[in-house]
Amino acid sequence: MASAERALQLYRTMARIRAFENAAEEASRGSVAAFGASLAQSNIRGPLHLSTGQEAVAAGVCLNLEKQDYVTSTHRGHGHTLAKGASMEAMMGELFGRASGPNRGKGGSMHLADFSVGMLGANGVVAAGMPIAVGAAHAVKIKNLPWIVACFFGDGAVNRGPFLEALNWAAVHALPVLFVCEDNRWSATTPTHALTAGEGALARAEAIGVPGAKVDGNDVFAVDEGSRDLIAKIRSGGGPRFLHAVTYRFKGHVSVDAAAYRDGAEVSRALENDPLLFAAKAIDPQAAARILNEAYEEVRRAVDAAASAPWPDAREAYGDVQDTGSGQWR
Amino acid sequence: MENENVVVVGEDVGRGGIFQQYKGLQQEFGAARVIDTPISEATILGAGVGMALAGLKPVVEMRVIDFALCAMDEIVNQAAKARFMFGGQGRVPLVARMPIGLWSGSAAQHSQSLEAWFAHVPGLVVVTPATPQDNYSLLRAAIDCGDPVIYMEHKELWGLQAEVSFDELPLGKARVVREGRDVTLVTWSRTVHAALEAAAQAKISVEVIDLRTLWPWDRETVFSSVKKTRRLLVVHEAVQVAGFGAEIAATVAEELKVAVRRLGAPRIPVGYSKPLEDEARVTAQRILAAL
Repeated sequence: MASAERALQLYRTMARIRAFENAAEEASRGSVAAFGASLAQSNIRGPLHLSTGQEAVAAGVCLNLEKQDYVTSTHRGHGHTLAKGASMEAMMGELFGRASGPNRGKGGSMHLADFSVGMLGANGVVAAGMPIAVGAAHAVKIKNLPWIVACFFGDGAVNRGPFLEALNWAAVHALPVLFVCEDNRWSATTPTHALTAGEGALARAEAIGVPGAKVDGNDVFAVDEGSRDLIAKIRSGGGPRFLHAVTYRFKGHVSVDAAAYRDGAEVSRALENDPLLFAAKAIDPQAAARILNEAYEEVRRAVDAAASAPWPDAREAYGDVQDTGSGQWR
Repeated sequence: MENENVVVVGEDVGRGGIFQQYKGLQQEFGAARVIDTPISEATILGAGVGMALAGLKPVVEMRVIDFALCAMDEIVNQAAKARFMFGGQGRVPLVARMPIGLWSGSAAQHSQSLEAWFAHVPGLVVVTPATPQDNYSLLRAAIDCGDPVIYMEHKELWGLQAEVSFDELPLGKARVVREGRDVTLVTWSRTVHAALEAAAQAKISVEVIDLRTLWPWDRETVFSSVKKTRRLLVVHEAVQVAGFGAEIAATVAEELKVAVRRLGAPRIPVGYSKPLEDEARVTAQRILAAL
């Protein structure tokens, strides 16, 4: 069991992620993102994939990372980015498409990145972060640096080719990667188990020669302990490890998806199993209330700051494309 | 490879690569920097992106361009986009070598010239050398370039031999290979040689330009030649329909209001048997007929 101080840290990170996701969801209402929905104004226009309910995975893994360690993430990556240390205010600015975002409004939710804290990018393509994580780990090894890479991906990614390629490569070259399968049990609008043969993510990893552990991804203390043990092995030169964290996606695939295709009883059970409520049981109730309150205060300030932040200049659309051949737009 | 951040990543590179482009490199620079990989094109390219974001300069080997199609997400959605999407955080200065073109009955899946696909994608630089000297100088420039470079060597040009100097050459600069008065012939890669053969036999005076780099392409050299000749023919081995020749022809027609013409392969897969393969070959005779 984590120390009281560590439990507070974990809970604080989860509370900040929950507050961020709820505020982002609110700010995306009426967005265009899916299913031919309206063109009404909203502060967040683009597709918004929320990690509400999955906070324990980001919090538990990232507390075991150093600032220099790298993270690659997915389309559902706000939690990983916050947990790795990015500024909430800047992140909200990015979702609002403002120049104050770490990507200066060029990426939005799906491409959120903050290199200053080692966060090498969310990704709009399932499993696409896996080869990139492996490459970053290979660079770390070549440069003989003491860092590791935490590679987050979802349960849908285990059915794409880069999953096999990346795990095999990391094992063959004994690279410092923690592969984290954040299993929210849904591949967009289809339950993953219906489309995944065999024994699942960890069995596949072990078959390739990447050992690991399966943990309750709603129990932040289990995620913390599990990743701590695996990361210790990676840091001591043991090669890649695999963490299979089983959690649940509270919301739809994107924010405008009401997820009506899901069984109500399944969702109710998941809500009773809320990882925040679980974590709160382990800490002082007053402290928990205070932390949650602070998180919502922080996100309120972040929303205000984002709403009043400047838009990027239209000329920025031509910047950061390439140096050789830049200026020739047609 | 004297720059210690440069690494080579790909299948069989330790043995020199299938065309021996990397011969002796692993012996000289070690297996940690000349990295043999599994047959995992998506991850060869994707790991190249990760290496580049983490500060290395990977030269990524794709064997033939046809196999690079297994890594299109990594090229188009990742390598080409990362710098822009992340608002300038991080760059992807990798060189992806993907040999193109007809070669000895290699048939439909080992013979393609897909340079137009990559020239279409913002963020990428596209290089197509035609001579041993240019291959040296442009590869060097590609490795020095801070952008992702798609580097296309033609397989039928591997056999060319010449004395090569250490001269440097910038990307994006075409070369007037042969001066002429009556028509400008713009081409690149292997068809430069077919074009020179045709020009030597032509009854009219043909100015031949080797474009060398497709993105960025050297408009100034092409425009100044066409202003003189007032006629343009673009020739390439790639399928003519929606080929990069269309881009050059359209731009020149728009800007200079002159007659333009294109010559490329018919829109067919490359056949195995020599008579079939030859149908996809842009020869001096075909160029002569188009002049």
